Amino acid sequence: MKKEDLPQDKTAITNIFREVCYVKDKDGNYTTDLSTGWNVKADALDNAWNDIKEKVEQARLQVKANQQSPILYFMELKLMDVSLLSSYTGFWKFTIRRHLQPSVFKTLSDKKLSIYAKAFDITTEELKKFKG
Amino acid sequence: MTKQFEHIQTAHCENGVATSLLKYHGLNFITEPLVFGIGSGIFYMHLPFLKINGGPAITYRSMPGTIFKRTANALGIKVTRIKFSSEKQATAYLDKMATQSIPVGAQVGVFNLPYFPPEYRFHFNAHNLIVYGKENGNYLISDPIMETVTTLSEADMLKVRFAKGPLAPKGQIYFPQHINPVTAHTITNAIIKGIKHTNHAMLHLPGGIAGVNGIKYTARQITKWRTQLGPRKAGLYLGQIVRMQEEIGTGGGGFRFIFAAFLQQAHQYIPNDNLLQISEQFTTIGDQWRAAAVQMGRIYKGRTTNQQADFDICAQMLLQISDLEKEAFTQLENLKLKTT
Repeated sequence: MKKEDLPQDKTAITNIFREVCYVKDKDGNYTTDLSTGWNVKADALDNAWNDIKEKVEQARLQVKANQQSPILYFMELKLMDVSLLSSYTGFWKFTIRRHLQPSVFKTLSDKKLSIYAKAFDITTEELKKFKG
Repeated sequence: MTKQFEHIQTAHCENGVATSLLKYHGLNFITEPLVFGIGSGIFYMHLPFLKINGGPAITYRSMPGTIFKRTANALGIKVTRIKFSSEKQATAYLDKMATQSIPVGAQVGVFNLPYFPPEYRFHFNAHNLIVYGKENGNYLISDPIMETVTTLSEADMLKVRFAKGPLAPKGQIYFPQHINPVTAHTITNAIIKGIKHTNHAMLHLPGGIAGVNGIKYTARQITKWRTQLGPRKAGLYLGQIVRMQEEIGTGGGGFRFIFAAFLQQAHQYIPNDNLLQISEQFTTIGDQWRAAAVQMGRIYKGRTTNQQADFDICAQMLLQISDLEKEAFTQLENLKLKTT
């Protein structure tokens, strides 16, 4: 890539930092230059976030309809899956899947709820009270 | 040792930590491309049965930590690496180094990295930064992808060092020790070692999913996605490829340009003009990677009608890249560079 071809698009990094890219100067020697971002990447990132937002919204509706426990909503909100949540909480995946059932969720002790709350970086009350 | 630590911004975090730390310890010749080439950072593997974030699992780089490890080994430097099972010990050790202002590399997760743009905070655990001191209870941070130095609170530091999930950092910190003066002869040999390792990884790994063959494998998969997954999900998959390929200097085009720069710098140690010509080829290949990303982008951005033909074009571009890389790495191999 030539130095003058380095994209300077407005993206998520633009106001935070510029990234280093390796480009060729007019003599054909490699040098570095700073870029504010590239639209092609920014679009891919946007797409990924739209997909995440959709999943979070679906989870919210499922909690609201009492089909899933609030754990699902916060799991999606924090970009986790059952396996990652299992690493953060120490609960088995099998156990977490059970806790996703609203009827089981209701019976969980405050101690267990607080473990989930810590993993989600919220308070136990927020987890308990979430109605979708 | 109370030398002033100097922040160096680089395209890729692990290169950057290695470059800064080695420079701090007096290896003034070191540059990001040299670290990347000697450490054999270019790689490609498409893991067929694994999914990441529900999309294809492709790696464009060698395992985290190996770039620094190989570079240090080749230059005769010992790197100490410590993982911790206890958060308390991890903090105590880091504080001991930080209060003496000894810069150390740390592996961290980016999900809770407060100075990162929110849009980039995924559960990715193989980010690297340097801790070079501690002031008023905050760690002084040199993150190679940032333009300037920054800080992290004790609480945030603990969170990022003990992020969980795949490639969990386990508080890992690392720093070079036993630095001997490095001669031009050692550097030349290190460069040759790096080139050979890269050639092997890109050309000769069996299985058809690694190196230039892996790129072909991905191309073949892409032609199937639209039928298998439907247009929308197939588009998301392409988006994931582009993100992993071009994100903050990691992967496709970015890596080829660094490698091309490496070959130019290698020429200063190994006066073989073919290196310059092969460097040119990698520049072209890097441009092709970016062109492929643009084509994929047109699909997920909805600038095409999202037909099978659009996916076939992407696949065709990757097949061509695979051929060009095979050609370039084979030429590099045929130079038959020998360590002395």
